[in-house]
Amino acid sequence: MLLGRTSGFDWDPFTEMQRMREDMNRLFADFPSSPATRIYPPVNLWLGENSIAVTAELPGLSAEEVDLTIREDTLTIRGERKPMEEAEQASWHRRERPLGAFSRTVSLPYRVDPDQVKARFQNGVLEIEMQRPEADQPRKIQISNQ
Amino acid sequence: MAQEVTTTRKRDVARTNGGEPSTAAPIYLPDTDIYETVDHIVLVADMPGVAPGDVDVTLERRVLTIRGKVPTEAHDGYKRLYAEYGEGDFERVFTLSEEVDRDHIEASHKNGVLTLKLPKAESAKTQRIEVKAA
Repeated sequence: MLLGRTSGFDWDPFTEMQRMREDMNRLFADFPSSPATRIYPPVNLWLGENSIAVTAELPGLSAEEVDLTIREDTLTIRGERKPMEEAEQASWHRRERPLGAFSRTVSLPYRVDPDQVKARFQNGVLEIEMQRPEADQPRKIQISNQ
Repeated sequence: MAQEVTTTRKRDVARTNGGEPSTAAPIYLPDTDIYETVDHIVLVADMPGVAPGDVDVTLERRVLTIRGKVPTEAHDGYKRLYAEYGEGDFERVFTLSEEVDRDHIEASHKNGVLTLKLPKAESAKTQRIEVKAA
């Protein structure tokens, strides 16, 4: 790629450097600024016959505080874990529970029907059940004996 | 104020009582916040999947034990394809260094989070001493 560019007359080392810097910025933009790089929330993926279920551990959140979006074969879980108000002035002994906004995108093994999604939230565990669209389901093909 | 008994910071805890395990499921350490206000010690523990009725809190002398049972749910017709968290019960033991008014402990459990409000005993509260001008 670089060779192809150098052979041209319009090759400019400064443009090339600029491009590289942009690439680097894009690469590091995805890194969270906080040192805690724990993937949040942790999810489990379950495979059924023509359906997928995703479960996520989201303790402390209610159904209204979680935002779910499905697009083709990706599922995005968004929300925020808010700090406790009275605790701000208190003295801390131990702080392990994650805080702050989160967004997690899970790629699913296949495209799902966005109209056939069931989501349940129980005791801090979110469960999302998705169906494979009728048209995408694998079909058995009869082989004729001729 | 509240010291944890187990020193390992692993999320999986080995059974401490040495007894025969009653379930095959592993036991996890819940992520816990502990903070102290003027007259309370507050302990907040994340126990996703635990129903309010399945939480067990015991305070024996200064040893506080929190336990949460996660129902072994059968995912009918589903195979686990990928897992980032394990399903199992929660257990954690703390030693409190301060006297707690054990008759007025408030415990609540909502959305998989256990909140314990431990009021400090009168003798343990910070006392303000009035200074008189001589």
